[in-house]
Amino acid sequence: MDMQNLIHMANQIGDFFETIPDHEESLSGIANHLQRFWEPRMRMQLLEHVDARNGEGLKPVVLEALRIHRGDLIAHH
Amino acid sequence: MLEQKDFGTPERIADEDVTLEIDGMKVSVPRGTSIMRAAGMCDVNVPRLCATDSLEPFGSCRLCLVEIEGRRGYPASCTTPVEPGMKVHTQSAKLQALRRGVMELYISDHPLDCLTCSANGDCELQDMAGKVGLREVRYGFEGRNHLAESRDESNPYFAYDPAKCIVCNRCVRACEEIQGTYALTIIGRGFDSRVSAGKSFMESDCVSCGACVQACPTATLQEKSVTEMGLPEHGVVTTCAYCGVGCAFIAEMKGEEVVRMVPYKHGQANEGHSCVKGRFAWGYATHQDRILKPMIRSRITDPWREVSWDEALDYAASEFRRIQEKHGKNSIGGIVSSRCTNEEGYLVQKLVRAAFGNNNVDTCARVCHSPTGYGLKQTLGESAGTQTFKSVEDSDVIMVIGANPTDAHPVFASRMKKRLKAGARLIVIDPRKIELVDAPHVKADFHLPLKPGTNVAMLSAIAHVIATEGLMDMEFIRQRCEEKAFLQWRDFVSLPENSPEAMEEVTGVPASLVRGAARLYATGGNAAIYYGLGVTEHAQGSTAVMAIANLAMATGNIGRSGVGVNPLRGQNNVQGSCDMGSFPHELPGYRHVSDPATRDLFEHAWGVHVQQEPGLRIPNMFDAALDGSFKGLYCQGEDIVQSDPNTRHVAEALSSMECIVVQDIFLNETTLYAHVFLPGSSFLEKDGTFTNAERRISRVRKVMQPKAGFADWEVTIELSKRLGYPMDYRHPSEIMDEIARLTPTFHGVSYEKLDRLGSIQWPCNEEAPSGTPIMHVDHFVRGKGKFIVTKYVATDEKVTKRFPLILTTGRILSQYNVGAQTRRTENVQWHEEDVLEIHPHDAEERGIADNGWVKIQSRSGETVLRAKISERMQPGVVYTTFHFPESGANVITTENSDWATNCPEYKVTAVEVKPATEPSSWQKSYARFRKAQHELLASS
Repeated sequence: MDMQNLIHMANQIGDFFETIPDHEESLSGIANHLQRFWEPRMRMQLLEHVDARNGEGLKPVVLEALRIHRGDLIAHH
Repeated sequence: MLEQKDFGTPERIADEDVTLEIDGMKVSVPRGTSIMRAAGMCDVNVPRLCATDSLEPFGSCRLCLVEIEGRRGYPASCTTPVEPGMKVHTQSAKLQALRRGVMELYISDHPLDCLTCSANGDCELQDMAGKVGLREVRYGFEGRNHLAESRDESNPYFAYDPAKCIVCNRCVRACEEIQGTYALTIIGRGFDSRVSAGKSFMESDCVSCGACVQACPTATLQEKSVTEMGLPEHGVVTTCAYCGVGCAFIAEMKGEEVVRMVPYKHGQANEGHSCVKGRFAWGYATHQDRILKPMIRSRITDPWREVSWDEALDYAASEFRRIQEKHGKNSIGGIVSSRCTNEEGYLVQKLVRAAFGNNNVDTCARVCHSPTGYGLKQTLGESAGTQTFKSVEDSDVIMVIGANPTDAHPVFASRMKKRLKAGARLIVIDPRKIELVDAPHVKADFHLPLKPGTNVAMLSAIAHVIATEGLMDMEFIRQRCEEKAFLQWRDFVSLPENSPEAMEEVTGVPASLVRGAARLYATGGNAAIYYGLGVTEHAQGSTAVMAIANLAMATGNIGRSGVGVNPLRGQNNVQGSCDMGSFPHELPGYRHVSDPATRDLFEHAWGVHVQQEPGLRIPNMFDAALDGSFKGLYCQGEDIVQSDPNTRHVAEALSSMECIVVQDIFLNETTLYAHVFLPGSSFLEKDGTFTNAERRISRVRKVMQPKAGFADWEVTIELSKRLGYPMDYRHPSEIMDEIARLTPTFHGVSYEKLDRLGSIQWPCNEEAPSGTPIMHVDHFVRGKGKFIVTKYVATDEKVTKRFPLILTTGRILSQYNVGAQTRRTENVQWHEEDVLEIHPHDAEERGIADNGWVKIQSRSGETVLRAKISERMQPGVVYTTFHFPESGANVITTENSDWATNCPEYKVTAVEVKPATEPSSWQKSYARFRKAQHELLASS
């Protein structure tokens, strides 16, 4: 899928959860949202972008959430 | 025929009953009830002409006179309230003579053409003449009369024949009291008194709701369909298939032909009222454009080939399986229709989950109210509005945000206007000066004309005032809400950056107005918020919904009548389609697919494995199609090409797919990209249920056989069978039984109970066996209400020098959604094309003339429409509708979407507008494409 669009959407999610005063909650909020609402191929593509291009274009808070909660975001079948 | 008993005057609610005697019968009725109604309750029907129980008593016809023991004279029973111990006589020789005298006067100025009159057999004047025993008219028929007055045939659906008018005022009162439009009046005095719309009905302010026709006791205001076809011979109660109000109608029939749709007075959503769409615009159901034969083709450049149902279904199933074998299980999906029934929606998501084996299912709520589902679930615990429509009658303050009820939810709007006229205060938050801001006898106390895209800033500013001026309901918050989340929210909204003064530059609304509106909402008594797509269809749509829920919790305006959070949902069954598990992350009843207990329940019932990962949402499907991983789609009753944003992107995505199966009643725009066409069935051709915006489940009843042979639910079953997953249902009631078995909020729902109660608002289960009109009464569904911090983030869709205006899109009264239904009715007489509304300043700056062609350009594309110069718009904002495919409104809209749900940001598109002389290049190429596609149809 269009990586720029995925980055844009992930950053929008970051914008929302970033306002939570507790940083850990922000990170888990972002990851939890991606896990509950994004289809696995979208999540996997985003994670690949983190690995291949160091998450270029992602907000720092989103990148941090993806790295910390990576295990939860890998698809389960 | 299904009789709707008329008690003559409206019901009164009182704490105390009054007992009296009518014609020797004792009757107890609520204090304030009229004698006429009390008589009706013991089956004594007092003769009347100007009285009907949908209108306040008027006392003009003098037919309903009665005698009361101990009183002099002959009071009108409609305007005389009951009193304890009263003894009333409705019949006597004197009363008979008086009534006969009145009837003589009426009939002396009435054409005696009963046998050829369209109301013959359905005329109250005729009935009353019979009841009073009229045998002669002593005045003769040669005196002054109105018999030569000419008919007004201007309205396409009903005619006005003044020669038959008895000036009972019922039509005028219906227009005022029920509809609230005040289009009719009585002009002249005495003998010259006539009903008048000022000009012809079509040129007047009449909105063609039909209330006047319904109220008319003679053939003065008569449906043209009755004039043409004669009176119906049977009637069936069913539910309208237009907007989310979900009005109940009696489909009045001759055999399998609809003669007219009459609003059902016991319909709990509409209480006997209707709008121009439900009342009159049903002709699409039998329109010649209906496609009644299945068709297939290998490529979209091939001609369509008419085939048997078996061949079409076999082909669709084999294509889906072929694609899955080649591209994987997740390479196909389905779209549930928000126009089809709950049962049909349930079956499509079941087919996707059980037969396709994935969660790639979505519904058109994606592009309208998905943020409502998300936002209300997070804050209150349930993805639905909190109230019943009737609740508005107890509101003291009504806040309308991003909704235009008089156009999009007209029957509820009438109810709202009635309350406003009775004294409720009104706050409108909308970029446009919608009708409610300044309607006859309704004026908004505050209109906050914010810039499109700044809802969250505005809601934060309102919250700031409430939090910092001590206007919160602390007792409610302490008892009902999570403390930590509340404190975070309070600290956030109290920041100076959220003050109305700080936000003034963002929203464009003076701080003093915002402060006034906030104070009114918080302190004005029962305050209710009603909102629409002007809230949800934004990049921060879900945030705005949560901000609304925050306001309601902060002021304790939730959990009782008159208050609450009320999403006005767009399509007839958009609430139902969401309830039925049409989202890719939720099973029926809004339970996430990752929940093992829920999956286990469905896996056990369906005998399949249900994936635990969410599937693709509609916009994700398009993106996946373009990257080659999504190849097949079963699309039931949804026109994604016309209704979804960035048409070119959608068309490109669909063109890249290998099998698109469209099930619809018409060859819609999506069908132009399809490989299989399965004929759909209209709401008149099937049984089922719809769920409206107030969670009300109502029956849809079949009044004619499916035109193409099968109802939609039967087609899904046949397709599923061919995919190797047979479904065994003989009737939609059995599908509902399964839904009830597997969904806690529907545990108590059955067709038997729906027939018994008329309709049911979910949750309906052991705790609430008759349903739940108002939610969150003692506690929130999620336990404690959760305040959520809602920071304003400006949309990426910014105005620039190149695109200096903001385009926002919406709806109009006479047309519905993509227009597939209403464009095929006489409603086009009110709106035959989409136009661009533009403020006079913006028009003048650009040399744009009223009714001239203009090109609208955005970052996505361009289209050409006619301009309508209008002060409803604020400078810098332009507006259009999307009811006609050739308009290309969604060629301009972008793929920006709500952060939580991907609901498109239809309401904010940066554009430039210039005078134009010819259609846009897209319009020209699309016209060629459509023409070619229709030729492929013709050659089949």
